[in-house]
Amino acid sequence: MRASLFITCYNDTLFPETGRAVVRLLERLGIALEFNPGQTCCGQMHANTGFRAEAFSQAKRFVRLYQDAEAIVIPSTSCVAMIRDQYPGLFAEPGNDALRKEFVALLPRVYELSEFLIDRLGVDDVGAYFPHRVTYHASCHGLRGLHVGDRPFRLLAKVRGLELVALENIDRCCGFGGTFSIKNAEVSSAMLSDKLHDVLSTQAEYCTALDNSCLMHLGGALHREFAATRTLHLAQILASTQTDPAEGIA
Amino acid sequence: MMQVDLDPRTALPFPQAALPILRNTQLRKNVAHATDVIQAKRARLVAEKTDWQALRNAAAAIKDDVLGHLDRYLVEFEARCTAAGGHVHWASDAAEARSIIVEILRTEKATEAIKIKTMTSAEIQLNPALEAAGIKAVETDLAELILQLGEDEPSHIVAPALHVNRSQVREIFARRMGRTDLTDDPQALTAAARSYLRRKFLSVDTAICGANFMVAETGAVTIVESEGNGRMCLTLPRTLIALAGIEKLVPIFRDLEVMLQVLARSATGERMNPYTSLWTGVTPGDGPQNFHVVLLDNGRSSILARHTERQTLRCIRCAACQNTCPVYRQTGGHAYGSVYGGPIGAILTPQLMHMDHAQSLPYASSLCAACYEVCPVKINIPEVLIELRAQVVDRERKQAARAFDLMYIGMRVANSIFASAWRFRLAQRLGRIGLRLFTKKDGWIHALPSLGARWTMTRDLRGLPDQTFRDWWASRPKDRV
Repeated sequence: MRASLFITCYNDTLFPETGRAVVRLLERLGIALEFNPGQTCCGQMHANTGFRAEAFSQAKRFVRLYQDAEAIVIPSTSCVAMIRDQYPGLFAEPGNDALRKEFVALLPRVYELSEFLIDRLGVDDVGAYFPHRVTYHASCHGLRGLHVGDRPFRLLAKVRGLELVALENIDRCCGFGGTFSIKNAEVSSAMLSDKLHDVLSTQAEYCTALDNSCLMHLGGALHREFAATRTLHLAQILASTQTDPAEGIA
Repeated sequence: MMQVDLDPRTALPFPQAALPILRNTQLRKNVAHATDVIQAKRARLVAEKTDWQALRNAAAAIKDDVLGHLDRYLVEFEARCTAAGGHVHWASDAAEARSIIVEILRTEKATEAIKIKTMTSAEIQLNPALEAAGIKAVETDLAELILQLGEDEPSHIVAPALHVNRSQVREIFARRMGRTDLTDDPQALTAAARSYLRRKFLSVDTAICGANFMVAETGAVTIVESEGNGRMCLTLPRTLIALAGIEKLVPIFRDLEVMLQVLARSATGERMNPYTSLWTGVTPGDGPQNFHVVLLDNGRSSILARHTERQTLRCIRCAACQNTCPVYRQTGGHAYGSVYGGPIGAILTPQLMHMDHAQSLPYASSLCAACYEVCPVKINIPEVLIELRAQVVDRERKQAARAFDLMYIGMRVANSIFASAWRFRLAQRLGRIGLRLFTKKDGWIHALPSLGARWTMTRDLRGLPDQTFRDWWASRPKDRV
């Protein structure tokens, strides 16, 4: 089976190791992965900040770029939520009939990574080995936008050696919120402080999630605090095997 | 006491207004504790309803029907209420509503008026207007009484004194009632409030209330409350004035079955609230003999006209969104510069101000959508927030001053970068080189200039990796299987 990877702009630039892990994982599962070099951004940052016209042109670009893809895999819950929840509104203006039609045809083929594994491939055991204490942060967009539900937990449960520790207040936002973390930096930091307390209370070695944007926020604060807990996208845990551990893991 | 300004015309933008509150650890502790308690009760009682989602759908549908035919339902309500002996007044804005109420009280030769908690009266800043007219407003809701005696402002739409704890209440009562003997035992405090208020209930002839629901079919008005003080205000005085937003209608009496269920569970985590008062016009020899309803527009009809934003008016003021909001949890209500704080306030306030004020409020959210999940009338608050943000940007981007605004420049540049893959790739390279200046030996960025400093004030940023994903992909051997 073929699938096209939409890596997302920030993973491409800031977290290439997550992209490499997705490639390693999916190719191990027999997927012929493609990467369309024309891809840039889904438009989430512009849309959520109120720059609708800009978001529209990026959304249109995404739809045009992936019309022919068999399946599109996106390792970011917030970008998938952007496509599902906000594209319809952006394309609603009269005169976008053709675009809307293309989008409706494309939408069922857009998968967040855990959805792709569980729903499309029907696997929860991906043969991973990760002998560490891990806690899972449910990103808001995964939890309430995509309703990923127990998918990440089913995947984590099958990782050999992994000890999962429950995170208190798992449904509470970490305070990132894109440009919210800049515009309302102080309130965002106060929210982050609460989340940090919950993460550190788990005494986990790694905090994982399906979205690197939350993890960039949490990881940045953990580093500032000299905390021993590190952040790691779920793809990196799932890609990790006994012979080939996750990148950057001691 | 911190200076609290709840007038959206003059209040500081949210990020600045939040600062003194973030430094007030006691207030934050009070807000977090109170919202945790209410949230847990709500979650328990919602979980026991197997038809909760159906109830939410029904409640939303009832309010959508009201909003779709508001003209008809309002006229129907007016006719029924008038036929039952009530007087209906129409107020297009806050000033008109204030003058109608002051005029009624003047005719009654009132010098005092007892009040049930009504956020709508706070919205129109009724109390200062009454005071200017020589009429003393006496708040009888326990929380409102605490605020009135403490010269404080409401921070929550259901529990207005949620930011105050009981030892602070003891201090206020001791000081203002001259009761230095008081302990902070809740029973002692409510007993003190009771003896203070009882005299007012028995002596004041005029009362002001809001309305939880108005029934178009019958002309009835409903007030739900927990203390029974509201019941006193509704039954003892000679004259009663109800101030209500025009969206507070339900079409038929039976709709209350749905609305009262979702309201009590969402607002206070109760199966049914302790006191539900329902009355229609006046009844000779029983209760107030002069009954007035003031129907307030004050920006609501302009919200009604807008496709995405209309759902804002479904709100039944349960505050479930405030209780669950992680932003509200940190700041309480005062930072919102409006009587309506939290997620609902972030969408309602700027719209009531015709988007001329409170433009920072749509941005006072991380868009985590916890509010939407708990809303009993299914207001998609994140969707409305994003719509309002777009309106703010559409307006601001035309202003000459924004030509030098870093946020606007950044967004324009980013858009042109995202429009082409080669420009994006170039920007990645330039960004990596530029950020190298700030990257420490450990590979992390600890301080950035300008807007970046807003990030690095509490968070480090990992330096950009040497190779982007797309460059790594391009470097892979082409003949792989």
